[in-house]
Amino acid sequence: MSDLPRRDPRQEWIARNRLHPRHAEVLLATGQGAASEWWGPGGLVRRNPHAVGFVGPNGVKRIDRSGTQQGAGGGGATTPAAERKPLVEIEAPAFMVAVVPDMAGGRLSGHDRDLLGLARQLADADPAARGAVVAVVFGPHKEANFGEAGIDRLLHLDSPEVAGYAPEARLGALIMAEESWVPRHWLLPDSKLDGGELGRRLAARLGERPATGVWQAEADAEVATGWHCTARGAAGSLDIRRPLPRLALALAECAEPVSETRHAAAELALPQPLPSTLSRIQDLGQVSVDPSGVALSEAEFILSAGNGVKDWPGFHHAAEVLGATEGASRVAVDDGFMARDRQVGATGTWVTARVYVAVGISGAIQHLQGIQTCDKVVAINMDPGCDMIKRADLAVIGDSTQILEALVTLVAQAREEKRDAA
Amino acid sequence: MQPESAMTPGLEVTVLVSVGRHPLTGRARRADQDARGVELARSLANAQVRLLHAGMRDESSEAALRGYLGMGFTELSLLEQPEGADVLPALAEALDAMSPHLVIAGERAERGEGSGLLPYLLAERLGWPLVSGLAAVESVEEGMATLLQALPRGQRRRLKVRLPVIVTVDDAAPAPRQSAYGPARRGAFETAAGPVSDDEQWAAWQVQPARQRPKRLKIVKAASARDRFKAAAAKAEGGSGQVLTDVTPTQGAEAILTLLREEDVLR
Repeated sequence: MSDLPRRDPRQEWIARNRLHPRHAEVLLATGQGAASEWWGPGGLVRRNPHAVGFVGPNGVKRIDRSGTQQGAGGGGATTPAAERKPLVEIEAPAFMVAVVPDMAGGRLSGHDRDLLGLARQLADADPAARGAVVAVVFGPHKEANFGEAGIDRLLHLDSPEVAGYAPEARLGALIMAEESWVPRHWLLPDSKLDGGELGRRLAARLGERPATGVWQAEADAEVATGWHCTARGAAGSLDIRRPLPRLALALAECAEPVSETRHAAAELALPQPLPSTLSRIQDLGQVSVDPSGVALSEAEFILSAGNGVKDWPGFHHAAEVLGATEGASRVAVDDGFMARDRQVGATGTWVTARVYVAVGISGAIQHLQGIQTCDKVVAINMDPGCDMIKRADLAVIGDSTQILEALVTLVAQAREEKRDAA
Repeated sequence: MQPESAMTPGLEVTVLVSVGRHPLTGRARRADQDARGVELARSLANAQVRLLHAGMRDESSEAALRGYLGMGFTELSLLEQPEGADVLPALAEALDAMSPHLVIAGERAERGEGSGLLPYLLAERLGWPLVSGLAAVESVEEGMATLLQALPRGQRRRLKVRLPVIVTVDDAAPAPRQSAYGPARRGAFETAAGPVSDDEQWAAWQVQPARQRPKRLKIVKAASARDRFKAAAAKAEGGSGQVLTDVTPTQGAEAILTLLREEDVLR
């Protein structure tokens, strides 16, 4: 079916004519049950005060003036928000601004988006000669909306040479991009490993002195590059105000991310294939880390025990099978079931886990403060009214011992099947 | 941490040390990551460790540098440089002359620009590979070093690299030992003069104590006034989690397992 609205003049006429025997029926059918106003045949707006509002739960008529009922009978094709943004296409850019996003987890992170916002500012500074933002993305990714982040051209390199930890091969690719397009600015996130490292390598290779830890950039006509920046120095204790160099490593929140426009994100390719360089650094892959050795504050997945846990060997076994770091509430620590350094909460460790499973923890306010930054919280508890259930994204009411046992069985089964299949 | 296998006899290690800055008092101290680097070098069996510092020599920096001597060294090589000088040429020349197998440095300095570029520039100039963010050196055998790199969230990556190599130390490396007072007093500075190059750009920049970064405002871009009002009046969190009551343990476990799979935390 097409999204074009089809008009039925007869139905409209009946809907306008309150005296027509089929009037109420047609109003219902067209979804304008609450048609309180319509255009009269004489061009006047006609109102039916009796059709306004609805009958509330107490049998009293209620009139909702907040506007929620306005769009109910609209019927028109709704366009997704993304498509309503104007599409900006830059055919012949005056210059290029190259960005190398981190793509942590295969998606543009908040840091990357801020950086792209800064790149957009640099590119759009002069409306007469606009630049294009080129993003260089390494390896496979899951991102679908590059255009909405403000990317005009996308250079996606997905060859086996640049996969994994291959800083030298990636540097080679960036140097090729530099030679092909000579971007006016290079922007990289000043993150711990990916962007921070690659940017410094690029700076050393190009012989540019980069600005690191940039958190602000403002236009300044007196400087040769036209921009001034403020950067953090000396382990974050100094602010250095300096002209923005060609290559900048910027911190998170250095600029507002792009939100009002869409961009083309047209695919770009290097003129030649990547040279096969002999890598001096060999990546032997990630090491399986003992989850109990990971510091609680930086663990990704925590299984935490509280007063409701009765079967302690079962709990430890479950943590081992799931590969989770063990945590505990204060009660469990005070009772001597867990070590003090495993305590989660305001009086223990503030954790940053992505997934936090609270077993038999009712959720004292100090504990809930400690898990504030966790993404997903799962609660297993007997009491459906406790505070942890209110915080949890998924709560299972039941006996924790049995649920953990079932979980361990399921995970073991799944592993068995995987092994058989392989 | 004890290395498992026998080391190459006489592995020469140079640790680049700097004068740190206490984050609260601002006093000179041994820099945290550099001290971790010294500790890492100390844990290598059969290694000859040298300390190298390039910078100004005055009372406070000498006291800070003696902190490294107190970790079990008798001497520290000091390349004297005036304040605000670019130490890269002097260090590169000294390292070229020493030609160690392994150079250990911190990630970034606690004073000055602190851009963290020095190890990269040294690696570029000497033509050596560089590995950043190290947590441990597992073994050094037959001219190859096996290293453990620290990743976010306590994860580790194993890398193999040919010597000579420059490595930088992450905060995840073992904590440095305490500095002993007696050896720190007795230790000597072996002073040498190196080439001096002025850092003119640094002198031209405006430097001031860091001010607090402005907090980002939550800007609501809504088409209608009603949407803006709703966003302003909305409560911070709805707390609309899924609650499973009256389910068998297996059903509950299945729901949890689905969530764990979605979040990709099961290995």
